[in-house]
Amino acid sequence: MTTAATAPRRPGDLAKWLFVAPAALYMLLFFGYPLVRNVVMSFQDYTFATYFTGEAPFNGLENWRAVLANELFGASLWHTLLFTVGSLAGQFGIGMALAVFFHRRFPLSGLMRSLLLLPWLIPMVVAGTVWRRILDQETGVLNEALQALRVTSAAVPWLSSPDVALLSVVLVNIWIGIPFNMVILYGGLQEIPAELREAAVLDGAGPLRNFFSVTLPLLRPVVTVVLVLGFMSTVKILDLILALTNGGPAHSTETLGTLTYQLSFLQLDFGQGAVVGNVLILVSMVFAVVYLRANRGGVAR
Amino acid sequence: MHHHPPPARHSACAAACAAALVLAGAGCAAERDPNVYTVMNSSTDEPYHTWDQEAMDSCGERVGVEVRQLSVPADQLVPKALRMASSNALPDILSLDGSDLPQFAAAGGLVPLEDLGLSTEDLSEGALSIGSHGGEYYGAARAVNSLGLFYDADALAEAGVEPPRTWAELRTAAAELTGGGRYGLAISALATEDGVYQFLPWLWSNGGDERELDSPESVAALEFVASLVEEGSVSSSVVNWTQADVNDQFVAGNAAMMVNGPWQLPVLREHPELDWAVTEIPVPGAGDTSVAPIGGTTFTVPVNAQDPGRERVAAEIVACMTTPEAQLDWATKGSNVPVDPEAAEGYRAAVPELAPFVDQVRTARSRTEHAGTEWSTYSQAIGTAVQAALTGAASPREAMERAQARVEAELEGRS
Repeated sequence: MTTAATAPRRPGDLAKWLFVAPAALYMLLFFGYPLVRNVVMSFQDYTFATYFTGEAPFNGLENWRAVLANELFGASLWHTLLFTVGSLAGQFGIGMALAVFFHRRFPLSGLMRSLLLLPWLIPMVVAGTVWRRILDQETGVLNEALQALRVTSAAVPWLSSPDVALLSVVLVNIWIGIPFNMVILYGGLQEIPAELREAAVLDGAGPLRNFFSVTLPLLRPVVTVVLVLGFMSTVKILDLILALTNGGPAHSTETLGTLTYQLSFLQLDFGQGAVVGNVLILVSMVFAVVYLRANRGGVAR
Repeated sequence: MHHHPPPARHSACAAACAAALVLAGAGCAAERDPNVYTVMNSSTDEPYHTWDQEAMDSCGERVGVEVRQLSVPADQLVPKALRMASSNALPDILSLDGSDLPQFAAAGGLVPLEDLGLSTEDLSEGALSIGSHGGEYYGAARAVNSLGLFYDADALAEAGVEPPRTWAELRTAAAELTGGGRYGLAISALATEDGVYQFLPWLWSNGGDERELDSPESVAALEFVASLVEEGSVSSSVVNWTQADVNDQFVAGNAAMMVNGPWQLPVLREHPELDWAVTEIPVPGAGDTSVAPIGGTTFTVPVNAQDPGRERVAAEIVACMTTPEAQLDWATKGSNVPVDPEAAEGYRAAVPELAPFVDQVRTARSRTEHAGTEWSTYSQAIGTAVQAALTGAASPREAMERAQARVEAELEGRS
């Protein structure tokens, strides 16, 4: 970032501002306004009747109090944390392993790599619906396969037990997220000059040492981008969970995203829905700042 | 939208609306063509859309106007109607689900149909209960649905089991029919409206009540359903099944009996190899009355402050679309039960295989009869309780006590 001129003095400056104006206007209208509106709404008694009367009286901290007293909120926060950490760890770990694997070219590696992209191309709702069938306790392919291979003796209640459902949802989300992680990390690996690793090998570094002391540090900016983008798309998850479990069974897969949806669009209590939405935005914003800082460091280097 | 105002005006209005956004209120309703009336419904699927259009065309001809149909998916109907309400642009006639009607009526968005010249004298109790809120009649129902027990007649005959009529018989029958990859009974126990709708027959037939979820009768109803899952006669996957999934399981032969509604008929008819029949939902003891929820949509007339004259014409269209003849025609096509008692008898003769639904509807109760605008609060609490008990996360008693406490807390927080 460069320091901006304090005031437009030369005619060229005006042109610069005119170039910025559409983007700024767009941001204000489509990001700034809804954000502010959402914050304001969380302090309003914004319900069904509001649409008819146009009246949404301010009710102070009433919505916040109600949401914080709701035991589902705490549970959703916890599930969101587990879901996000679990998904990111799985996506990143497997994505990285695959990226390193494909980095060493071998016959058909290009074809296999493109096949692995498929989960990324499938719409989330379609993936959710298909996985719901695969994971069905009685008629699902997964249980049939596991039992045929004698891995498990009884059918695993993937989506029908509150103890397993969250894990199942995380596993599906990992499957969806692997391609994104793999592609970006693979791209990052291509950027690393081969000489550096060759030099490390000559110095006697083994493959593990080579990876952790040479590849990973050089990959750091890419890793940050992947993790932060992954975080932001994971923490707000809604469609996948709605398609897979609808937040159930017994609210075991309820996350902040599904809770907002439930409060706003099923209970039609938009004020309380806005509260949860704000919490979600706040959490995302913390990580957005982390991302910006990390990026700025990358440019300065 | 089907309106076609002059383009310039339209875009100016759209821009103003965009600027003022949701809460702007009055002033942005497009000027309506005096001879064109709009009905908003959720008949997005064929052949329902065409059938509806035929009914509207014939009524439009009788009233002397053109009736246009605006169909949106069922789950988007209420949000869309709310957006339209905020810009005073609700359609002339709004087809609302019975459980959504109280909220629209309480918000002052609907005109009492009696004020528009529709009589409630000849209406059945069911029709009145599904279309009323606070003692006023707002929605005219054409046909309603309820739940029944579908069974695979071949499977029952093979096992030597009679269609069950009591809970005890159902328990035995379901156990005997279970085996070889097949469950005795399939139900929907989703936490959303699908599952709650299906729990109500057990709750109500046992004398339980959504207002007293922790009463012994209410708890016993949940204990009964949970025991069926525990005994293995009902799959534990039912916590993830919609009513359409339940039907799929039944059609695929994975369940010998299922609780479902008449709207599954089109799918069932695609499988002529399946010899199915329907009976009323079993009751706790012989001689008890089977009380199931009544479901369905009603035609309502939203308030039109700018042009109240349109309300009266809209009511004429509603009256025309809900005559006994129109009801019978629609019900026979769409496999629902007419609300008019005489039309219902005609239906019994026309569609004998669904006759049990006529009896079920006669004793059925509306979900919003007591709950009114708070139904979603009750519904969420019941859905949570059912899932907690069926997955073993809580005992039925704990689950119902928690549900009752939650409802009380939420209702208190609102008053």
